[in-house]
Amino acid sequence: MRRSSIFASAILAVAMLSACGGNEPDTAQYGPTPALPDPQRGLLPNMTIAKPAQWGDQQPAVPQNYTITAIATDLGIPRQTLVLPNGDILVAEGRGGGAANLKPKDVIAGYIKARGNTSVESGNRLTLLRDSDGDGIYEEQTVFAENLNAPYGLALVDGNLYVANQDALVRFDYQPGQTRASGPPVKLTDLPSAINHHWTKALAASPDGRFLYVGIGSNSNITERGMDVEADRAMVWQVDARTGAHRPYATGLRNPTALAIQPGTDQLWAVVNERDELGPDLVPDYLTAVREGQFYGWPYSYWGQNVDPRVRPQNPEKVASAIAPDYSLGSHVAALGLAFSTSAMGAEFADGVFVGEHGSWNRKNPVGYKVVFVPFSDGRPAGPPIDFVSGFRGADGKTRGRPVGVTVDPRGALIVADDLSNTIWRVTPTQ
Amino acid sequence: MTATVDRPYTRALHPVHAILLAGTIPLFLGATLSDLAYWSSHQIQWTNFASWLLAGGLVFGGLALLCAIIGLFRADRGGRPLIYILLLLATWILGFVNALIHAKDAWASMPTGLVLSVVVTALACAATWIGFCSLRAGGVK
Repeated sequence: MRRSSIFASAILAVAMLSACGGNEPDTAQYGPTPALPDPQRGLLPNMTIAKPAQWGDQQPAVPQNYTITAIATDLGIPRQTLVLPNGDILVAEGRGGGAANLKPKDVIAGYIKARGNTSVESGNRLTLLRDSDGDGIYEEQTVFAENLNAPYGLALVDGNLYVANQDALVRFDYQPGQTRASGPPVKLTDLPSAINHHWTKALAASPDGRFLYVGIGSNSNITERGMDVEADRAMVWQVDARTGAHRPYATGLRNPTALAIQPGTDQLWAVVNERDELGPDLVPDYLTAVREGQFYGWPYSYWGQNVDPRVRPQNPEKVASAIAPDYSLGSHVAALGLAFSTSAMGAEFADGVFVGEHGSWNRKNPVGYKVVFVPFSDGRPAGPPIDFVSGFRGADGKTRGRPVGVTVDPRGALIVADDLSNTIWRVTPTQ
Repeated sequence: MTATVDRPYTRALHPVHAILLAGTIPLFLGATLSDLAYWSSHQIQWTNFASWLLAGGLVFGGLALLCAIIGLFRADRGGRPLIYILLLLATWILGFVNALIHAKDAWASMPTGLVLSVVVTALACAATWIGFCSLRAGGVK
């Protein structure tokens, strides 16, 4: 009884702190060399949680000459999508995790954060969307596979459909035109799943289909669950598609939430969510080419060799070996989706990547809550991000959707999964 | 027929009040020792223990404070209840600040958390000592 009232007063204090006070300059923190202020953390972390609301008649905003439509609704927490060769769209639905509360703080923060998320049940399935007549309306919606365990990453190589569950990488046989899996999947390999603080397993396949890359998030914000549980975490695995054997491909990537291969190359790219509770402008989430064998800092340092004092024991040798990522997306934007564009998306958005930003919690002035386009030139990010789909968070402070996975349909469409309104959005250039 | 004549301990703390008050010492002391263990071992579980022990200390201390404040309004109080209440209040406030410090991730709670735990433990000892002393002295007189 008394404890619950302590929690209540703590929640009240957090609410008061987020409601008032704090001068946060909104620094544009984009590009290869973001300004990194000194770490700061008051007695309470800044928390501003999305207030969910219905879309009603409203829709996300897209650039002129683009149209957005909802092609599927009432899903079971859609996260990532995959466009199949025949134009069908597979949607991975579900919520994983379930890490235990270790401190009173976890109980309180968990309660507060849950208010900004959907309350529907985890789908744990793949839904297939089909537009038979090509009119942009996906009239057919069937369950392709069910009883999966928080599926997230999807990849298709030849006749093999790979699905990264939160605990295992599995494979379905896929025939073009199939609307339902012909049987249960075959397990290729287990994935690290103890605790699963960051449970999402991102997935990409090498162009020749020999290797699969799996993004595995850390088991904590910054080692507060202990070092022991961080074995095989915060890294990208390279998995042999035939044998299931794996090796670390790159490490120190706190939470690599989406992976993609740059078209025309073998280069793997990732968006990575960085650590919280170091202030509103630390640490920038980033987009980077994933360099084989390299160490990107987590947990010992951030953005190269900036030491994080919260980690004990420290490791100066690892810090010395840490490299900086390529492109800052801004702190706390929570990038969860990544897709390379094509010329079919229109001239302005032809060369670059789309990034789905789920939106911040650890910041007074929310950031993210949109899909941005990072323009490329000569195969490298060039220039600040451009809003491509926005308006998920309205001027009224209400949040109607939160973007996760983004996928480019080569026919000229961007597919956006929205795990707050449980909707799949499709953005197309207006003909 | 027991409440009529002099009893040395009539004004002693009510047992519930006494248990709550005395309970703050092992809880805050436990938090301090856990902090020391985290300080020297870097094993994260110790700071988890410290956080929960602090929460426990705040529950016990908060309820003891409530008892003490209610006691203020009872006419037969002697001794120095005000000093006792102020000490207990200081214990609780610093303990609450310490709980917020302990809510920081990993080593971010150090060294402030450890220092505050020591101070809060000392305050809890003082509050308990004065609490028992002053109130019982009032009764014994």
